[in-house]
Amino acid sequence: MKLTDISANINEWFDGSGPLADIVISTRIRLARNIAGHKFLSRCSAAEKSEILNKLKETLMSLELGDKVFYLSVDKTSLLGRHFLVERHLISRHHAFGKGPRGAVIAQREFFTAMINEEDHLRIQVLKGGCQLGQCYEQINRIDDMIEQKVDYAFSPRYGYLTACPTNLGTGIRVSVMLHLPALKMTGQIEKFLNATRDMGLAVRGLFGEGSEAAGDFYQISNQVTLGVSESDIISLFENAIIPEIVEYENAARNRLLSKEPEVLDDKISRAMALLRNAHLISSQEALFLLSHLRMGINMRERMGASTPAIEKLSGLSDAGRGTEKPETLSITTINRLFMLTQPAHLQLNYGKQLGPERRDALRAEIIRSALHG
Amino acid sequence: MYCQNCQKKEATIHLTEITDGLRTETHLCEHCAQEEGIAVKSQLSINELLSSLLASQPSDDETFGDTKQSISCPHCGSTLEQFTKDAVLGCPYDYEAFEKSLAPLIRKAHNGKESHCGKVPSKTSEGTKKQIELMKLRQELEAAVQNEDYELAAELRDKIKRRDK
Repeated sequence: MKLTDISANINEWFDGSGPLADIVISTRIRLARNIAGHKFLSRCSAAEKSEILNKLKETLMSLELGDKVFYLSVDKTSLLGRHFLVERHLISRHHAFGKGPRGAVIAQREFFTAMINEEDHLRIQVLKGGCQLGQCYEQINRIDDMIEQKVDYAFSPRYGYLTACPTNLGTGIRVSVMLHLPALKMTGQIEKFLNATRDMGLAVRGLFGEGSEAAGDFYQISNQVTLGVSESDIISLFENAIIPEIVEYENAARNRLLSKEPEVLDDKISRAMALLRNAHLISSQEALFLLSHLRMGINMRERMGASTPAIEKLSGLSDAGRGTEKPETLSITTINRLFMLTQPAHLQLNYGKQLGPERRDALRAEIIRSALHG
Repeated sequence: MYCQNCQKKEATIHLTEITDGLRTETHLCEHCAQEEGIAVKSQLSINELLSSLLASQPSDDETFGDTKQSISCPHCGSTLEQFTKDAVLGCPYDYEAFEKSLAPLIRKAHNGKESHCGKVPSKTSEGTKKQIELMKLRQELEAAVQNEDYELAAELRDKIKRRDK
């Protein structure tokens, strides 16, 4: 399987389906594991790393995951390919740009990835669209059980699963939810919300782009404590406290915009539409920022029945690229596609060669213009 | 209250300074505070957490001698100093070797918790002894390869293969 086999489409978890998917884009659960009888990677020679890699690769490729899996030797993958895997959320930045023999086992439908020789010997993740915490955990736990039948994990009764960094100790679990919070941002409440989240001991990061800047109002929230709390307690904290509260705040902010400040809302959506439909050069940061407003507009129409002049005009744009004769209303899937496919590595991989920043900005603008005609 | 710098965002960082008996108050949003270089970073990096915690460890610890450099893991040779630099440990046994120094850090990172409660692999107890032995054999193997003693290396490799099933 080649990366270009998947690069022309969006991932299944980003197609806009799933519970609460207007606000909770996706759920990811990751487990950190190390094999007993080996040192952690920082003290391993290249030969020992290769030994670990081969052992885990063989184990993972033999698992029954209900989907085709393919193996990628990350250290032998091109730089562009590695950027693509990061944009796609299939592997971490640390894994993509790390050192030494390392690999990834990826399910073709992209709900599962195993990173071998990242910071720990093994990091496995399951990713699903919308808020699917229980389903993600059930699946990752089952996969973990299957792996455990074939290898011995480093485990201590006191500290649980032993990890290279003590911050992952215990369950080794990292639960992350990807959130789209444009209305909290527009109404100036986002910082208050972020501070409250951090006070709860959760980590907040941006979903797209470099560093921690949240481009396009996408945030990723994860647990930080992994020791002394069970997997099910962490999941139920997200399911029963964190997610419902965030969804309620974002929805309240959307309602307030609609009832109290419809012209602010329409201004943002109309400006975004105008720029996206007319720009000939657009950076990925700007595209994320503007597409975020369109995404909110469409979701407000679909989920809340919102109808303002700008939202009506927005939904009147035809859904290009679907091959239907009768133009359909602009869908969330189309917008999500644009988020993913206009990322720098996606653009270049789909174009078939490396492009300079200006050429990318032109190509990105062209793709967006043609998707939003009508 | 709005940030006194940008006048746009809400002030969330409030700084009171007393210089020569003169009291000044500054109210900034997170962004401006960071620009001014006075913000407390809301997320402490792992490295910062580690070095600050380990630096505050009492150095006259009776169990471990007087400096952290002198402690090294008998299994992988890692030292605490190495850990403060890399933020990652050398092998699973470091948790035992550096237990005294790591315990406060683990508590801090995990909200006061200090022992595991959660999933347990179905086959644990048998393994511990085997783990230590395997690690030792691998270390001997590396030494043998380094000394170009390939006969011994082959022997060790076979031994590891037999045990590591």
